[in-house]
Amino acid sequence: MADLRTPSFDEIAARIDALAAAPADALQSRAEECADELLALGETILETWLIARGDMPTAGTVEGFRLLALHRQGARGEPSFNACRETCREIVYYRNLVRLDPADPDTPRRLQLGAMVARHLLLFISGKLEVAGLGEFCCSARPLHQNEAPAQRAESM
Amino acid sequence: MSGKYKKVAYYPGCALEGTGHAYNRSTKALGKALGLEIAELDNWNCCGAMEVKNIDPKLQTYLSARNLSIAEDMGFDTVMAPCNGCYHNLKKAEYDLKNDEASREVNARLSSKAGHATYEAGKVETIHALDWIKRAIGEDGLKARVKNSLKGLKVANYYGCMYTRPRHIFPEKDAGPGSESTSKPHFMDDLLAAAGAENVEYPLKTACCGGAHTLSDSDTSTKLVLNLLTTAEACGADVIATECPTCHTGLEMHQVRAEKVLGRRTSVKILYFTQLLGMALGLSPRKVGVHENMSDSSDLIRAKRLG
Repeated sequence: MADLRTPSFDEIAARIDALAAAPADALQSRAEECADELLALGETILETWLIARGDMPTAGTVEGFRLLALHRQGARGEPSFNACRETCREIVYYRNLVRLDPADPDTPRRLQLGAMVARHLLLFISGKLEVAGLGEFCCSARPLHQNEAPAQRAESM
Repeated sequence: MSGKYKKVAYYPGCALEGTGHAYNRSTKALGKALGLEIAELDNWNCCGAMEVKNIDPKLQTYLSARNLSIAEDMGFDTVMAPCNGCYHNLKKAEYDLKNDEASREVNARLSSKAGHATYEAGKVETIHALDWIKRAIGEDGLKARVKNSLKGLKVANYYGCMYTRPRHIFPEKDAGPGSESTSKPHFMDDLLAAAGAENVEYPLKTACCGGAHTLSDSDTSTKLVLNLLTTAEACGADVIATECPTCHTGLEMHQVRAEKVLGRRTSVKILYFTQLLGMALGLSPRKVGVHENMSDSSDLIRAKRLG
């Protein structure tokens, strides 16, 4: 019977590691399957984040990709999530490159790089699951004290 | 190329006086070698960095606006900030003062209390060191001055997060041909290619390095940095070029920590783009502060005959 449960992050990490380290001929022979798997792993990573946050992951798509729709959903009210926007887009990019021409001699390298990008997404999201503020302290410029009115504090100075 | 950028106000910020001193030294040395001039802001203050910004964004806006006000007082309409954090914060202040009445009100009140002119949006343009070289010299100008080509050097260009995010504070980016891209930045790639370097395809050029969590959540930062380093190596890079002192220090520190804690050794080198360009112009490694980096790139520099 098929295993229908959502894979754990450890299992996803193992799968990504296996793809990143796979011999070139193995990747070339299963190019399209591997490309789609990378995309699916990315979706599972974002689904896990959304579910942990209490949201129902969208079934919709953005620019034809559910991964990008899940990212947009995750970024709603969470500006730090934009720190993985390009990471998601790079996964889609590599998937498209491989799907466009699976027989291209560069396909194994593209899949390996795609796997490393997926690993970065996994690391970022697993980091955020441990420390929700990851990314908020820097590029998202989100105030840490949401409930306090900064203007009021400035008035008291 | 625009003469407007031949002499600009210079805002080094605190990192360039500390852990990022090599970036300070190499930016100044590079500018001098290119015949450009900078004038450091008098009595500059903290840009509000990450700490103030996250507690009170309007106070951060004021702190950055004070620096812009100093530039204006000194007669400049352009201030160059090499640090991504400073650059981001000055840009954010500009955006806030243009678009948010409450920010304007706080800025006016605190400026008045501090006894200096109130900065108004639109008076001073903030640019990054990349913009400075690109606009004042350009690729052709750089190419003409190269004495020690970076030919054969494979570079992964790492821009970090604050150079392009959030997009709305950088209205000049994504503005068509010749402008910088927020999704795939290329200014550093363009300049290093002009100096002879071979840029590798690097898919993580704006990915998170865990920078702000480098001490509070070191394991996350180490894993993120390790992936940045191993991906650069997988892309064939000899060196990662940086343009942010926080990213640079994080990459150096966690390269060591990844080996100590995770047993994962990587050998890709880490240098500021200003150091690479400086050496391409014939400046010595010492002149561009390679000795001030935490990581040792001397073997690469010798092998590539850069110094």
